[in-house]
Parts: sequence; structure tokens; C-alpha cells
Amino acid sequence: MGFDIDKIRADFPILLRQVHNKPLIYFDNAATSQKPKAVIDALVHYYTHLNANIHRGVHALSQEATDAYEQARDGVKTFFNAQFREEIIFTAGTTHSINIVAHGFRSLLNPGDEIIVGQAEHHSNIVPWQMACDLTGAVLKVLPIDDNGQLQLDALQSLLGPKTQLVVVNHVSNALGTINPIEKIIEMAHQAGAKVLIDGAQASSHIQVDVSALNVDFYTTSAHKMCGPTGVGMLYGKKELLELLPPYQGGGEMIKEVYFQGTTYAGLPHKFEAGTPNIAGGIGFGAAIEYLNEIGLDEIAAYEHDLLLYATEELKQVQGLRIYGDVPLKTAVISFNIEGLHPYDVGTLLDQMGIAVRTGQHCAQPVMDFYGIPGTVRASFAFYNTKDEIDTLVKGVKRAVNMLL
Amino acid sequence: MSTEAQQDIIEEFALFDDWMDKYEHLIGLGKNLPLIDEHYKTDQYIIKGCQSKVWLRAEQNEGRVYFSADSDAIITKGIVSVLIRAFSGLSAQDIIDAPTDFINEIGLSDHLSPTRANGLVAMIKQMKLYATAFAAQNNA
Ligand SMILES: Cc1ncc(COP(=O)(O)O)c(C=O)c1O
Repeated sequence: MGFDIDKIRADFPILLRQVHNKPLIYFDNAATSQKPKAVIDALVHYYTHLNANIHRGVHALSQEATDAYEQARDGVKTFFNAQFREEIIFTAGTTHSINIVAHGFRSLLNPGDEIIVGQAEHHSNIVPWQMACDLTGAVLKVLPIDDNGQLQLDALQSLLGPKTQLVVVNHVSNALGTINPIEKIIEMAHQAGAKVLIDGAQASSHIQVDVSALNVDFYTTSAHKMCGPTGVGMLYGKKELLELLPPYQGGGEMIKEVYFQGTTYAGLPHKFEAGTPNIAGGIGFGAAIEYLNEIGLDEIAAYEHDLLLYATEELKQVQGLRIYGDVPLKTAVISFNIEGLHPYDVGTLLDQMGIAVRTGQHCAQPVMDFYGIPGTVRASFAFYNTKDEIDTLVKGVKRAVNMLL
Repeated sequence: MSTEAQQDIIEEFALFDDWMDKYEHLIGLGKNLPLIDEHYKTDQYIIKGCQSKVWLRAEQNEGRVYFSADSDAIITKGIVSVLIRAFSGLSAQDIIDAPTDFINEIGLSDHLSPTRANGLVAMIKQMKLYATAFAAQNNA
């Protein structure tokens, strides 16, 4: 199937909007992606025709809703090529997914155990581990990045040891867009006897991920970054590990039998899905994955890479512009600053021109500290963006520079 | 009821009908903001809730409160400079009582929402806090 950009843009109703009386140019896709009509329709369809609580009703509606929700789980399972459907836990998103694992490890960690965390992580892949370490006496070790934002694998080798229980890193850095060599990291960690959690929030809609081939222990993502709704995401975990971890929250759905003398827990995946889940969200997540499958992740990746190369080349023409993490292996994210200018000023002026970029620390303060900067301007592209829009961005950046310098 | 200084600011900003002129003016104000003394740029004077850093200081002299400020971002500096013009030189009680709707009138209300990254609201709050502290001192 050819890649028909006009047809794709027509799938996203929000792209018709104006901002400050100018056509919206949305370059904040790393924060959240826009939603195609297919996903919006799935949500409307659910609330219009299927709404019922799931897994508990004998009535038709409840069963139809349950089927739709569980079908979405199958879609996610296939998309990530998990072996078993019960290895796919529906969560509220990446943050929730990581917290489930970090919380579970509190009962497995001993004082002196070590967790290795990447230096360029999102705060949600740092703080839950700090909390787990505080409670257990385990120690957090930082895997450093080099000047280009790439994890230093030789440092990983020396950090890994008999005390290492876990290695937690992102697949793609949200602050820089750099893709980490997770295959190698997983292999090295496993050789040292450690488990690996990969935060895939920035990868899932850009890189085809095969959790079985990766042999990864835990993989997390958020649907809202992959054209799906907010408030839903995935925790993938190897079955035997998910069985080992204690539940995160107690409540309905996650139990088998409840007596005041004691309760037995439900099997996977329900053990980690306490309470009425985000049913519409799960179904919308399924619709998003179907939509991505229809276009094809390889097509998406190729188109976005082309945008990245074009934008990188054009932005480099701007005098004094520095790109952080300017390496070949990247998703379509450009994190930059202009000499002498504060990212906030640049972002504010771009906003006035109808261009949405993110400015600031991107929830990754250690990365900004590493570079000694207050933040960056981050333009992140998706497959519904165009080179014309990038031209407008580059013009906008030049205009902002003229106004500010 | 807006103060005289606020009225001046409203009239000045009414001259711009285009966002670029307005921001160029703000940037100009930012560049001309008299700088706060370097040694006051400490955590004690920093305003939280800003994506850019803002340092704000106040002193009271013969019954009037004077502010000085700085920021690492120019547009934020421009905004601070407008606020300083609106509030500096008034008595502590006048600052406490001063309305803030002139912000809407000069078309900066975009920046007024408390979740906005530049923390305009936090700056106004801090100015009023300083004034409240001076007023308490004066009444003691
Ligand atoms: C790399 C990375 N990890 C974690 C998160 C947190 O995701 P969420 O806010 O959807 O839980 C994000 C999103 O900002 C991210 O980019």
C-alpha cells in the first residue's frame, strides 16, 4: 500500500483546526499523538451501543462489552508479539505500568540489591525505583549517557554484578529521541542474571516491537502516544514474572475468593486489573492498533525518518542552533536550543505562529542537568506531518531568532 | 479600578493590533528591565511555577514598595517588567488592593491561566505576598 499523506491527514479531524488564526501545526507528538477518526468513532460506538460493566454480567450487553475489551487485548498482544494474552495487562499508561512492577519488586528486593537506571529516563522511570529502593534498602545505580545522549554500554558492563536485580531503561528517550540498543542491553543484563524493564512509551508507534524476540522481561507503553485514548496503556510481563509479583491494588476483578480470613487472587491478567477498568479506553487502544496496522509501522517509520532527516538538515541552517542527541538512530524527535536564547521564549513565539512544540525539561531533569541547560525546544513529528509544515517551522524559528536576538 | 500606572500600560498596549508587535514590545521591555543585583539571584528570591526562572525582590522605602526582578527568558522578563511598572512605587496596602484585570486588557490573558508555564500568576501572587508582609510589618 502506498503512503497517501492527504488521505492520512483527512483521518485526523483536529488537523483542520486553527490556532491563533493560523492552521495548527502539531509538532508535540512525543507528548501525545493526535487521534484518527477510527479511534474517536470506536469510543463513540462503545458508549452508544456497548456500554456495560465487563467480566461480571450474564446479560448480553456485558458480554458484548467484555468481548470487545478482550478483543482489544488480543490486538495488543499480536501487535507486540507476546506469547500469551494474559501477559498483556491493561493499565492507565506507562507510569502506572512501571509502578506496578516497581511496587511488586518491593517484596523481592533485599538491602544491598541493585537497580540500574538510565541517565536519560523520564521521571516516571526514575521515581518509582527510588521509592522501591528507599523502602527496601536496595541501591539505584545510574547508567550514564555520552555527549550524544547515548547510553554507554561499556559502563553497563562494569555496573552489572551479582547484586543487580533489574536494569530499567527507555527504548527511546523522550527528551532526545535517541533509540537505545535494547537488544544488547537485555542480553548483557540477562547474562548477569538481572531482569530488564523497557519503557517503550516513545517507541511503540514508531518502531515495530517484538517482545518475544527481544526476550524482554517487562515492556510498558501508553496508548495515547500511539493514536489511542488517554488513560490507558500496557504492561507486558513474562508470565512467570507476573505470577511472582504481588498485586498492586486490591479490589474487585482481581480476586478469586474473598473471605475475612483471607483472599485468593485472580489469575493473570486480572490480578493486576483491580476495579472497573477503562473499558472504552481499552477498546479505543485496540482501534488505534488496528489503525496503525492498516498503515503499517514500517511505512510509518520510513516516512517519519524522512521527515526527521529533512527537518534536521533544515534546522541546522539556523545559526547557533544545536541539536541534542544528533545521532543516526533516532525517532522523529529534534530537541534543540539556539545559542543565547531561552527555549521558553522560542516556544512562546512559535505558539503565536500556530506551531505547537514542547519546551522545558520534558520530565527528564537529569538530562537537562547533564547538558547544563534549563531545557530544550522539542519538535516531534508524526506520520501525519509534512515537509511543508517543517518549512513553516524553520521559517518560524528564524523569525523567532530575529525577534529575540 | 485600575491604578494610574495600569491605565498607562493599557493605553500603551492598545497601540498594537498584531501579536508580533506586541511581543516585540514585550521583548524590548525585557531587554531593558533593570537587572536585579546578581547576588540576589538565589533560591530565596526565586519564584516557583515558572518554566523560566524568575527572581523577584522587594524593598520598602518611606512607605512605598519597590520591586526588582530578573529572568533567564526575555519574554518572561518583559512580563515581569510590565508587572513591576504596575505595582512598584505603591504603598503595601495599595498593592494588596490593586486589581489585576489590566492583564486581560493588554491581551496577556493567555498567560494568566495558573497552569501556564511562565507563571504570571505566581509572580503577581509573590508581589502581593511581599506587600502583605510589609503591611503586617507596618501595622506591628
Ligand atoms: C519515555 C516516557 N516514559 C514515560 C512516560 C509517561 O507516560 P504516561 O504519562 O502516559 O504515563 C512518557 C510520557 O511522557 C515518556 O515519554
